[in-house]
Amino acid sequence: MPLTMKKLAEVFSHKDVGLTQGHRMCPGCGAPITVKLALMTAKAMGYEPIVAFATGCMEVSSTIYPYSAWSVPYIHNAFENVSATISGVETAYRALKKRGKISPDKKYAFFAFGGDGGTYDIGLQSLSGAIERGHKFVYILYDNEGYMNTGNQRSGSTPPGAETTTAPVGKEIPGKVQLKKNIVEIIAAHEDVYAAAVIIGDPMDFMSKIEKALQFDGPSFIASLSPCVRFWRIPENKTVEMTKLAVQTKYWPLYEVERGVYRITRKPSKFRPVIDFVKAQQRFRLLLKRPDADAIVQRIQDYVDKRWERLLALEQATKDKPSR
Amino acid sequence: MMEKVAQMIAVTGAQAVAHAMRQIEPDVVAAYPITPQTPIVEYFAKFVADGVVKTEMIPVESEHSAMSAVVGAAAAGARAMTATSANGLALMHEIVYIAASTRLPVVMPVVNRALSGPINIHCDHSDTMAERDSGWIQFYVEDAQEAYDLTILSVRLAEHEHVRLPVMVNQDGFIISHGVEPVSFLPDDVVKKFVGELKPIYPLLDTEHPVTYGPLDLYDYYFEHKRQQIEAMKNVEKVFPEVAQEFFKISGRKYSFVEPYKLDDAEHVMVALGSTNGTVKYTVDKMREEGCKVGLLKIWMFRPFPKDEIQRYLTGRKSVVVLDRSASFGAEAPLYEAVKSSLYESASRPLLSSFIYGLGGRGIAIEDVEEAFEKSISGELVTDYEYYLGLRE
Repeated sequence: MPLTMKKLAEVFSHKDVGLTQGHRMCPGCGAPITVKLALMTAKAMGYEPIVAFATGCMEVSSTIYPYSAWSVPYIHNAFENVSATISGVETAYRALKKRGKISPDKKYAFFAFGGDGGTYDIGLQSLSGAIERGHKFVYILYDNEGYMNTGNQRSGSTPPGAETTTAPVGKEIPGKVQLKKNIVEIIAAHEDVYAAAVIIGDPMDFMSKIEKALQFDGPSFIASLSPCVRFWRIPENKTVEMTKLAVQTKYWPLYEVERGVYRITRKPSKFRPVIDFVKAQQRFRLLLKRPDADAIVQRIQDYVDKRWERLLALEQATKDKPSR
Repeated sequence: MMEKVAQMIAVTGAQAVAHAMRQIEPDVVAAYPITPQTPIVEYFAKFVADGVVKTEMIPVESEHSAMSAVVGAAAAGARAMTATSANGLALMHEIVYIAASTRLPVVMPVVNRALSGPINIHCDHSDTMAERDSGWIQFYVEDAQEAYDLTILSVRLAEHEHVRLPVMVNQDGFIISHGVEPVSFLPDDVVKKFVGELKPIYPLLDTEHPVTYGPLDLYDYYFEHKRQQIEAMKNVEKVFPEVAQEFFKISGRKYSFVEPYKLDDAEHVMVALGSTNGTVKYTVDKMREEGCKVGLLKIWMFRPFPKDEIQRYLTGRKSVVVLDRSASFGAEAPLYEAVKSSLYESASRPLLSSFIYGLGGRGIAIEDVEEAFEKSISGELVTDYEYYLGLRE
């Protein structure tokens, strides 16, 4: 039963979505929008959210002692272990429910949030383990494509040519040369999981995937492209637009994989070239000054084109063929 | 109560601890196998699989995740346990500190094994010594009975409102964990009554009273929070004897910070941790028959370090030999350093020397203990010197 706009408006007008005002994230940051959309959807569906957070921008900026921007239960443990931490919380819930210490009528939504560093890199083992064990939780990745909390270092999610301090665009090396890891595919390769990509620029698609994730009988994973205004070097009011541009250029396709069945949830009738996405962000400015800029951008273009073709083929091939 | 004391059963140290865990029946156990801790999780997994306990088990993909899940479960309001050894404990290290500073009353049996490298699976104390400043209470046990007893006792100590700190119960790898000994088990209901129900403080699952765990704590508060943690550790000195007294009532077995053995008139004293105390006791008995005034001070609790007891029992002795089953490269061995520093204010300091032994599971024989005592008795012992027992040089 999809959420109605009326219900969402009602929840949102109360403003208590779980994350209050006064946190210290940068104006225009994509991460709090990601968090709010997720919590708001859970609350509208009657869930009580419990939040676990990996170390990162959002964690440090929302809980500077003695303040906390969280009006829902919240735990931060360390950087690489948010999935193991929520495993413990979710298991405690089942154990206490079994012993009659928690009402069986209470609907909890266990959320784990992590940035790309905590998800693609240092937290990947813990995430894979938690998914394999089948804990009922929703992992939400806010992907800003680098270690932005510590001042813009390269991560496994940083795209080729983006300027970072640990893969700088130099005289010899054109910044990061490797492609971004395909995290949705990595997660979707686990058995019995729901994995999806979303953007804050398409809240209806975002919320319907959260809804699906919460109702999925097992672990689920949502990757949200969350621009970092500071290190993508974009204006504060362009965050949402940038995510839309990512979809329009095939840079960030919106799709879902439910037990091996692919479904592309947004198919733009017309695509724009990836250079439009690259040119819109100053993090690529040094790349664009290089003589090999065209070749590098072309490589990204070829990659996104091929990936899109593959996705279309997978959608076709996996239709009615769930892994279980 | 005493007539209810259950039967004596021949078990390994690992089995003894697994049975203690069965009787405690924690809400959550998250664990990962590692030699020589493995039998503990194996036995416990079987209890879960057979429905003997209601515990939910999380078969995590690493020790780092074991401790992380335990932190999550304990913060949620559950009684949570894990167990590990050596490299597993080292992998947990980061979260071992977080568990203590989050004041989560977790009990963790540790089966001592030498840390890599080179890789070795046998006993020494390098693994738990690396965690001595992590904020955990640490016990070292002499045998399987103590491993069993102190695992049960530690639940009450960890969860005491004036403590709220995690506890490591350390048993020597293979020597205790795999050696079969008679252990007197308490009846299940007696243990259950003793440990009681966990009273969660600020449980995460209480959505009516949402709390934030693990905030960013900078220079304006971090120091005060560390001071509170120091205080909690100090409170152990008061709380532990109370809990030990209650445990005595149900078991007839008395625990304290240290165990003095034939110390009354002893001129030459040995100080040790773990299973080696058994060997030392035997040697003390043997040498006493030969007329030597020797004795032993066994250390049960290494953190908090029982400074008062050290002063009380060692002041005025002719010599004290401290046995360490781990080294501190470029500094004094951990137990020696602690004993030596405790005696600094002592009015009459004994001649004090350090003996390192048993690294990587190297055995310690009665002759080795005798050798150390004989050095003391003959006056050969060089003060503040580091000796090595059972080493080829």
